[in-house]
Amino acid sequence: MRPAYELYRPRWYRRRMPIFWWLRKPAYVWFICRELTSLAVAYTAVLLLVAVAALGRGEAAWEGLLERLASPYAVAGHAALLAALLFHTLTWLHLAPKAMVVRLGRRRLPDAAVLVGHYLGWAAASALVAWSLLAG
Amino acid sequence: MARSNEPFFWLLFSSGGTLAALHFPALAAVLFVAAPLGWVTLPPHGELLARLAHPLLRFAVWGVVTLAFVHWGHRFRFTLYDGLQLQHLWGLIATLCYGGAAALSLAAAWLLWSLP
Repeated sequence: MRPAYELYRPRWYRRRMPIFWWLRKPAYVWFICRELTSLAVAYTAVLLLVAVAALGRGEAAWEGLLERLASPYAVAGHAALLAALLFHTLTWLHLAPKAMVVRLGRRRLPDAAVLVGHYLGWAAASALVAWSLLAG
Repeated sequence: MARSNEPFFWLLFSSGGTLAALHFPALAAVLFVAAPLGWVTLPPHGELLARLAHPLLRFAVWGVVTLAFVHWGHRFRFTLYDGLQLQHLWGLIATLCYGGAAALSLAAAWLLWSLP
């Protein structure tokens, strides 16, 4: 049960922020763009599932999807998608040394080494993806 | 201190972010840009379908898309809170974001399970 004096609780102090506060400085705009790459990630996963579904429905459905993907609008949109995904990858990999502290015995592995490790992982994963799509 | 479910979602968010960072640029470059432009040639339909026949690959695809959806849900949730100053819709936004990720993940499981 709420005690009666709850009525007289002082109002919380919340500073009023305008909705578009992040347009004030370029750094804030970059921050919001970086956060919005999550939309590109989700869209890519959905499109992958659309491709898998088309594969499952048969050859005609698959050819139809490839035709739609080849339209100039789709290609332009997906080039922008690729740019957003690369922005996600670069910002993500460059945060990794800050999020991850690797120790060898007592010494801390330098940030540059952690970063190089992540870039090598990116190269390996990209090669794996390209190989599994294109090989044969 | 009250226990929080934040670390759990953060772990899924960061695994999804890492998997997407490592795999998605190559996936989008090959499948959605290079192949439509004719720079590379995809194997024929039957060959690609045969590759997906392996249960391990299906499970890997499901795992990657599920973590990608959770990554989106978690990150987009805070983008809405901070970017549009919607902190007062805390519960509603969290439900829509994580619920959306869960629904997409279930749809992916159903789709991959029902492939021929």
